[in-house]
Amino acid sequence: MGRTGVNPVTLLVAAAGTVLVILGTWLIGVEPTVFGAAGAIVLGGAAGVVLNRNPVHAALSLVATLFGIAVLFVAMEANFLAAVQVIVYAGAIVVLFLFVIMLLGVDSADDLDTDPLVGQRPVAIVLGVLMAAGLVAVVVTSTITGAPQSGAGWVRDGDDISQIGRLLFSDHLFAFEITSLLLVIAVVGAVVLARTAKGVQIDQDEPVASLPGDPILVDEDGES
Amino acid sequence: MLAAAVSPGWYLSLAAVLFSVGAVGVMVRRNPLVMFMCVELMLNAVNLTFVTFARDLDDVGGQVVVFFVLVVAAAEVVIGLGIIVSILRRRPSATADDASLLRG
Amino acid sequence: MLDLTWLIPALPLAGFLVLVVLGKRLGEPLAGWLATAAVGGSFVASVVVFAGLVGEPSESRAFSQVLFEWVPAGGFSVDVGFLADPLSMTMCLFITGIATLIHLYAIGYMHGDPRFSKFFLYLNLFVFSMLMLVLGDNLLITFLGWEGVGACSYFLISFWHESDANASAGKKAFVTNRIGDWGYMVAMFLTFTALGSIQYTDIIEGAGGLAASTATAIALLLLVGAAGKSAQIPLFVWLPDAMAGPTPVSALIHAATMVTSGVYLLTRMSPVLAAADDWVTTVIAVIGVLTALVAATIAVGQTDIKKVLAYSTISQLGYMFLAVGSGAYVAAIFHMVTHAFFKALMFLGSGSVIHGLGDEQDMRRMGALRKLLPITAITYLVGWLAIAGVPPFSGFWSKDEILLFAYEKSPILWFLGLVTALLTAFYMSRQVFLTFFGTPRWDRPLEEAVPELARERGLLPAGGDVVDDADADEADAPTVANVYESGHLPHGIGPKESIEPHESPWTMTLPLVVLAVLALAGGAIQLPFSSSTKRLEEWLLPVVEVGEHHLTSPTDTKWFLGGAAVVAGIVGIAIAAVLYLRRRYEDQPASPLILLKGWYYDSSIAAFMGGPGRKGFDAVAWFDRTIVDGAVNGVAFLVRTGGGGLRRTQTGFVRAYAGFLTAGAIAVVLVMVLRGALL
Repeated sequence: MGRTGVNPVTLLVAAAGTVLVILGTWLIGVEPTVFGAAGAIVLGGAAGVVLNRNPVHAALSLVATLFGIAVLFVAMEANFLAAVQVIVYAGAIVVLFLFVIMLLGVDSADDLDTDPLVGQRPVAIVLGVLMAAGLVAVVVTSTITGAPQSGAGWVRDGDDISQIGRLLFSDHLFAFEITSLLLVIAVVGAVVLARTAKGVQIDQDEPVASLPGDPILVDEDGES
Repeated sequence: MLAAAVSPGWYLSLAAVLFSVGAVGVMVRRNPLVMFMCVELMLNAVNLTFVTFARDLDDVGGQVVVFFVLVVAAAEVVIGLGIIVSILRRRPSATADDASLLRG
Repeated sequence: MLDLTWLIPALPLAGFLVLVVLGKRLGEPLAGWLATAAVGGSFVASVVVFAGLVGEPSESRAFSQVLFEWVPAGGFSVDVGFLADPLSMTMCLFITGIATLIHLYAIGYMHGDPRFSKFFLYLNLFVFSMLMLVLGDNLLITFLGWEGVGACSYFLISFWHESDANASAGKKAFVTNRIGDWGYMVAMFLTFTALGSIQYTDIIEGAGGLAASTATAIALLLLVGAAGKSAQIPLFVWLPDAMAGPTPVSALIHAATMVTSGVYLLTRMSPVLAAADDWVTTVIAVIGVLTALVAATIAVGQTDIKKVLAYSTISQLGYMFLAVGSGAYVAAIFHMVTHAFFKALMFLGSGSVIHGLGDEQDMRRMGALRKLLPITAITYLVGWLAIAGVPPFSGFWSKDEILLFAYEKSPILWFLGLVTALLTAFYMSRQVFLTFFGTPRWDRPLEEAVPELARERGLLPAGGDVVDDADADEADAPTVANVYESGHLPHGIGPKESIEPHESPWTMTLPLVVLAVLALAGGAIQLPFSSSTKRLEEWLLPVVEVGEHHLTSPTDTKWFLGGAAVVAGIVGIAIAAVLYLRRRYEDQPASPLILLKGWYYDSSIAAFMGGPGRKGFDAVAWFDRTIVDGAVNGVAFLVRTGGGGLRRTQTGFVRAYAGFLTAGAIAVVLVMVLRGALL
């Protein structure tokens, strides 16, 4: 058991962060500071997802990323979306992830030291760097030439919910209905997937169906 | 205090980097759950891009797209986790590398 | 009446089809009568169409009848159509007429043959092909007939295919013809490229506008084709071997019809020949006269009755080529017609002799047959006088006309033609004297009659040189005993003391008589005395006037040349009479070996093909195996190895696939960046 109490490293980081935020707000303005802080959180969380050995830690890093994204949404005046992001993504999806992790008892199935595929790791890193560089290059070298969609002009009166709603139920009604259908299918699918073949409670040492390659286990009654 | 707006290029670059990190994560991690989380990272990067453009072009349509992405991502997570659960139930030590039946 | 043109080839075709289906059931002799009736009907149709054509004024004597479109291929369209004009109708008349007579003859000749109906089936198919050849209104229909007669010639030569020699003779004919066919085909392609059409009407119109080099090329290629079909130097080797077929075949195909196709082709394409360089016609004339001379010399030394006639045919065809080369198309056609009469007559007559002697073909075992086969003998003598060029028989008029035109082309050609005429008279007289006059030699045992023949066949112990006769292709030398046991006696082997030569039945002698009359009187169609008697020339002139040369010699030259031709003929007969009629058989000179072997031309070709030729073929086969097949297999190998290598990207690991996805996405991004930078 380690000691309880606040980790000094965490304290240091929090203090430094606060100082930076205040300084930034004074020096370069609110929005750039917010962008910087939220960006740092986002990237830090992303790094955490990729690098953390423990899946639970990875899930929590994901939450950090999602929060950072939500903050950025607010900075861009997409308030409704920020709320939805927190409620749905961080509140439902990540929770779902954590449920599954807990349910299956997956601890550290990953061995981050070696990769069974030869050369996968360096290649992946190279590709990632290339992709980032490429996309950034696209962003930097091009100018945004798009024109606002007619009828979908966004009036900045703080009431983006009704504008989103109006658009949703007029121009994108068909997609909306399809998406709701999709959700129904997802629910049905989840129920089917989670069901077992004969409705028997799953026990760890009594597999009901077997995958190819699985050893065939025989229970006490002689049934396989 | 300077209230300079952040040009959209910054947000887009951030989204780009986030996307790349997610891609790297998918390629590097073997645990299916963690791979899934990296996919979520990529989706979020896309969402960020859409919202950036929505703000820059004064178009609510961008936010509507984010809405849909969110919904579909939720459905996808439901099914995906259902599949992962049904696989990992039988073989708790399964990794993404075990599904290699397509090997030519 | 002219609409009946399609009947002319249709009737033999119908006969062929009926015989294919019902031939075996009809059997002998009904199948023969059916075939004869089919060709006879075709002759009647030809006469009707001919009469219709005569009724037209001479400028518009060209009737075209199109049956249907055969090759509709965009810019190249060929119809199955017939062109009834003076040239084609002349050919049709004598083809169908002589074919009818030969069909009748064959009913008697092929009596007892187990494949009787099949013979007539082939004959009808042949007549159909020949008629398509002459009636076709474009080069492709003519080529259809050209190939058809070649194929039927193959079938008919190797009709008794149980003997290897006969089968190889058929193959040899076909292969040699093929070489000529290559020339024909390329000429056809060139014509299409140059003129955009292969219809004769278009060719005649457009020939004047051809560039001289193109016309020269077409003319030379046509010459190659004609030389193959009409047995000129260097492609004449198949005709003597073709005598292995039944005699009606030799008469019909290798005397009267198929071999004349080459001359017909050149006459039909005379506008192209006229548009070519001048030396082309000289080449044709030279080839013709050389062939005539060489073949005549070989004929002097032959001992087989049919081989003499075969070489004689080659020689006379040479005369026709000489005529074509000298611009005397009318004379060439005239000689074609008269030659058909007397050569078919003599072939059928020789068949009658062979039949009467129980399949004996060696002239050294004949003799004194004129009393025993009277009708055959008299008709044969008519043919002999015709070919020797004795007036007033038809052969004199046609040959004299050719020599006249040859003289105007070049006196050297005329002189060579004259020498050939002398030789012709000589060897034909020799044949007649050996066969029909002198002492009978067929009743003696073989060894007594012809000692060297017996030694050849290995029936006597070898004394002196053992001659390996090129004709005896059998693997083992036959002995007297097994020859008798084989049933159908191969020709000229074995003593035949029990032969009784007899005259042939009426089905065989009637055609002989008819042909003899024609050979005697046939000259009447083109007597050179005045323009009113030159009926053939007036008839054919609209077709051949582009290339026809017009005589410029004064009349006394013509009389002199005519007299010289008569003198040459009589001198030839006289020499032969001295050597072969007056002397006893034992004092008569034997055939010089080099002439018997045909100047060793055929054997040198065989040796070349067997030796260096075979090496060439092996090299080509090696090339095909190694390089061509290697290239094809190599491509397959490359594909397989490439595939095998690329297969390794399919690792089955999802993460690797994700990597590929990413790489692809990066590529797209790169394109966008570069596009943006370039724009």
